[in-house]
Amino acid sequence: MAEAVVRCLRDGRLDGEHAPALAVEGSLQCCSLAAGAMLHIAAAFASQVAAGKAQARGLVVVAFDRSPQVYLEFMQRRGLDANALNRCVRILDCYSDPLGWKQKIQNQQHQGNSAKLSTNKENITVYRSVKDVTKLLSFTTELGGDFEGEGKKYFSVAVDSISSMLRHASVPSISGLLSNLRSHEQVSSIFWMIRSDLHEPKVPRAFECLSTMVACVEPALVDPVCGESPGNMSILEQNYSKVKFIVRLKRRNGRVKHLYEDLYIDGNDIKFDSAPSVSIEVNQSLVPKVQFNLELSEKERSDRANVVLPFEHQGNGEPIRIYDGRRSLPEAQRDPNLTAPALVDEMKAPKSGTAKGEIHYFRDSDDEQPDSDEDPDDDLDI
Amino acid sequence: MEEYGGGDLLSEAMGSAARVVVVEDCVEAPGAFVLHLLLKRALASGGAAAFLALAQPFSHYDRVLRKMGCNLSLHRRNERLHFFELLGFPGGAREGTIADRFVQLYNEIQRLVEANRTGENAGQFTVIIDDASLLEIVALGSVNDVLDFLHYCFALTSEMNCTLVVLIHEDIYADEENIGLLLHLRYIADLVIKAAPLSTGLAADVHGQLSVVNKGTFGEQRAKAQKVWNFHFKVKENGADFFYPGTRH
Repeated sequence: MAEAVVRCLRDGRLDGEHAPALAVEGSLQCCSLAAGAMLHIAAAFASQVAAGKAQARGLVVVAFDRSPQVYLEFMQRRGLDANALNRCVRILDCYSDPLGWKQKIQNQQHQGNSAKLSTNKENITVYRSVKDVTKLLSFTTELGGDFEGEGKKYFSVAVDSISSMLRHASVPSISGLLSNLRSHEQVSSIFWMIRSDLHEPKVPRAFECLSTMVACVEPALVDPVCGESPGNMSILEQNYSKVKFIVRLKRRNGRVKHLYEDLYIDGNDIKFDSAPSVSIEVNQSLVPKVQFNLELSEKERSDRANVVLPFEHQGNGEPIRIYDGRRSLPEAQRDPNLTAPALVDEMKAPKSGTAKGEIHYFRDSDDEQPDSDEDPDDDLDI
Repeated sequence: MEEYGGGDLLSEAMGSAARVVVVEDCVEAPGAFVLHLLLKRALASGGAAAFLALAQPFSHYDRVLRKMGCNLSLHRRNERLHFFELLGFPGGAREGTIADRFVQLYNEIQRLVEANRTGENAGQFTVIIDDASLLEIVALGSVNDVLDFLHYCFALTSEMNCTLVVLIHEDIYADEENIGLLLHLRYIADLVIKAAPLSTGLAADVHGQLSVVNKGTFGEQRAKAQKVWNFHFKVKENGADFFYPGTRH
């Protein structure tokens, strides 16, 4: 499912539509894995961009919760070299100095000698006034416009995370920022992360409404009794190593599709497991225990497969056509027995060597049409 | 069980990679002793520490740690321990707003960390806050300012390779509305140590139970390490004992 999500983000926007948006939601119980899912999506997307398979030319990461180094290192581990990173990834660093304290301190020390804090990496830009959302928007689009390429230059945006932004700005202003980004003509896709239990329930809902896809990271096991009592250590232990990754995809026509897979940590990497083996076991045990046999034995199954059904051409050399009621066969290929104008009293299955049963069929009258789902009055011009 | 100092359950459970440690306690089972142990450990391993004290004055920690075999006055004279008495940390009394005061406080910590990094004895630097709930009080209830300050300290840990230890009283955040500070701390923590009274009631020889949750990061190589630990503790004059339930009479 993670691939499906990344594919959607990769394919980008259609003309006349807003950019597809993904909300990744996690709660405290599995937050490190939710963060891992976010990193995974960002890295998978960046490698698609680097390979030139995506609509977007680059990815702008607005990093609040983690140091930009974490992103770059993770992407490098995923096989992106420094060259590709410099070409396709820009990071707006709202982590190391979100309120400009460090700059303030430095300015005090240098008595107004505004020496600019230079970052050693060229693809990291430090942003120092997170309370100013409009400026954040213009910074982001400016970074996105810098990617190389011909034609219309699309870019994608990752925000990690909305929860940290919400500490500095109101819900409407952040929603406004996301909507503006989605409708920006150069934005190909956008994804963000939110910690659902840090806010009132309506806040994550508000952001889900803005998105086309929602990925919830939920604990694999839920303790029915209580949250974090020390008695359920095995459950806690399980939830820190493996969680459920549930995706809701909203189609353009309004259809919502649910998908789910397992997400776990393997070494220092994030892995997805799309075969939820547990649910198969559950399904098997859910078949009711009954005294009579519901399953067919092998012999019964082969016997059933050998039964020749009456509406098939039965071995007279013609290819077998099964009339499904939707399309009519060309006139010439129709069974002459059925289309013959004369009254057909009996239709015999052609005998071809082996002894087979016969099916006798008597038509009641001429009025009766050959078996068909079609409207008999279709050709009348009423 | 052995004394604190190597091989005991707590250090085994803590591992070595945790950058942000959050100690949660409640009135029935204070977690200050964990903080004392961590302070001793930080200084004993040749590192330096900055201690932001709001709960107790310096003389208190000095006495407690001396019993445990660690001379805080000496460390302070050697500039290994930097002690900030913030009991009188003013909200609006002095010039500037609360945010400005936090900027200054952060400035001092950052300077210390940088100095420690460039100095000859470049050991591990630990920032200890005792405790975050009182920090909120001296900030006149402005959770946002506290969180901003904590974020900057948190950013220090990844940039300057130092450790942050925060004590917080869990039970004052019991109701849903003002849970913000506690939840934020849990989010940024790599390691949560939670002290609670015994679930089976009071006992003479056991003072409470500790649960340690090691959330870990992807950078770590220890893939299959145990993540959740649970054991009992007994606080003594010169340290603390840790043992699994049922192994003591």
